[in-house]
Amino acid sequence: MSELDELYQEVILDHNRSPRNYRAMANANRKAQGYNPLCGDHVTVYLDLEEGVIKDISFQGSGCAISKASASLMTAELKGKTEAEAKELFENVHKMLTGESNKNGPQGGRGVGKLTILSGVCKFPARVKCASLAWHTVNSALKGGEAVASTE
Amino acid sequence: MKVAHDIATPGPLAEALDVSKIRADFPILKQKVHGKPLVYLDNGATSQKPQIVIDALNRYYSTENSNIHRGVHFLSERATAGYEAARQKIKSFVNARSEQEIIFVRGTTEAINLVAQSYGRTFLKKGDEIIVSAMEHHSNIVPWQMLCEQIGARLRVIPINHDGELVLDEYRRLLGEKTKLVSVTHVSNALGTIVPVKDIVRLAHERNVPVLLDGAQAVPHLKVDVQELACDFYAFSGHKLFGPTGVGILYGRSELLDAMPPYQGGGDMISLVTFEKTHYNVLPYKFEAGTPHIAGGIGLAAAIDYLAGLDWERVAAHEHDLLAYATSALSSIEGLRIIGTAREKVGVISFVFDHVHAHDVGTILDQEGVAVRAGHHCAMPVMQRFGVPATTRASFALYNTREEIDVLVRGIHRALKVFK
Ligand SMILES: Cc1ncc(COP(=O)(O)O)c(C=O)c1O
Repeated sequence: MSELDELYQEVILDHNRSPRNYRAMANANRKAQGYNPLCGDHVTVYLDLEEGVIKDISFQGSGCAISKASASLMTAELKGKTEAEAKELFENVHKMLTGESNKNGPQGGRGVGKLTILSGVCKFPARVKCASLAWHTVNSALKGGEAVASTE
Repeated sequence: MKVAHDIATPGPLAEALDVSKIRADFPILKQKVHGKPLVYLDNGATSQKPQIVIDALNRYYSTENSNIHRGVHFLSERATAGYEAARQKIKSFVNARSEQEIIFVRGTTEAINLVAQSYGRTFLKKGDEIIVSAMEHHSNIVPWQMLCEQIGARLRVIPINHDGELVLDEYRRLLGEKTKLVSVTHVSNALGTIVPVKDIVRLAHERNVPVLLDGAQAVPHLKVDVQELACDFYAFSGHKLFGPTGVGILYGRSELLDAMPPYQGGGDMISLVTFEKTHYNVLPYKFEAGTPHIAGGIGLAAAIDYLAGLDWERVAAHEHDLLAYATSALSSIEGLRIIGTAREKVGVISFVFDHVHAHDVGTILDQEGVAVRAGHHCAMPVMQRFGVPATTRASFALYNTREEIDVLVRGIHRALKVFK
């Protein structure tokens, strides 16, 4: 598979076309905005966090296929997870995207479940921020308040 | 699919520019990227450098390097002479009245900040208004916003129409008693629009309002004569004009520059320093504190020499042909919408698709060896005006060819296939 095919796998294209959990959430108790000043991508992540568990999660925004698919995949993965689990996943995903976790083996993305589909991003350094935007945003939502996350 | 080949062949003028000879002058263009020949269409961001510019930098550091305006020794005199000769060349290039009106800065950004802080903080006050346009680069917005915050002035914005042209009637309406400065771009980096700056200047001058023109995107494409434009300030960057990064020019009318206080303090900008009082140096040195980018100035002069050796009419005809060819080729791609359709344009084409984001187009084009810019082009208000998050931008220089535009078109079709 070429690097480009690895980046734009069918699953990613599908999440881009029909993103999951793409809606505003009226009863969200946590909400954060993320912004990538380099390309203008932005995303809003909504959380219904109850006793440390992500009961519901959704997002809205505008961005490239990678950022949209990554946000969509993220929401699917995080629903039902505890805060601590979400943070661990964030770190693992980050390592996968930056290529750090590939150093120990050929297939990046240890401990990231279905999100390994995004491992092709690490070959495109200019796109790592697209893929990590939603994650930075959920991180700041978990920290609380109406924060604005930035990839910079 | 309709491809660009069915366009009329270029006229005799366009054929007359020997593009392959020009390409041979730019060593970087011989490169392959991802195994494909480099197709460099990101000239709006920065242009490539001809060998004579690279050689000038090399020669300066190999044989002339020294600090200027301070040594009595041989090398310092040579470096000083080289730097001041560069200033002379740049003066002729923009047809300033005197080399005192040519101030070396880091680039367009610094030039505008200099005027905002030195002129703006001295001559503007609370309640005054500064006019910019809706198609400015952030570097012609933010320095004015900072100034407005500092002194309580107000920023007014000339709107643009759907083609990306300034609405001159609105400009006339905005110009008023409170207007104390107008600062607009000569050519838009995001849209390619050539702004009717002579009208802008004339209308402002009827009210004795000075005008700064941001020429960053104009100088690589248009002949610029600051006396003919009659502007008060003109700013541009060396790196977009086939010269080095880190050097740029602020042209200012000497009457205004003389009345302005220094921008930064330090060496070179003084004539006498005591702890009681410091006397500032004469123009242009008053605005050139510290050791400048000497090699950069000399390299920029080499770039100007290079351009002087070309037939500008042929260059203009060639660039016009590229724009017409690319506009037609891109327009025939289904779903592609060009953002910026002004009647007067330079070779810049911004475009969007409804279902494919600029970033994805950019990545796929890169795999084909094609360098374009994808994003907001430091002109977020332009993106907001057209209701798009980002565009893909192909920007041409004199060394680009029709064949390269064909590669661009093929790359776009490949992107569309991925996102079918
Ligand atoms: C119209 C315009 N103005 C100003 C600038 C800023 O130039 P620089 O970054 O060289 O200071 C640019 C560069 O992109 C530009 O296109």
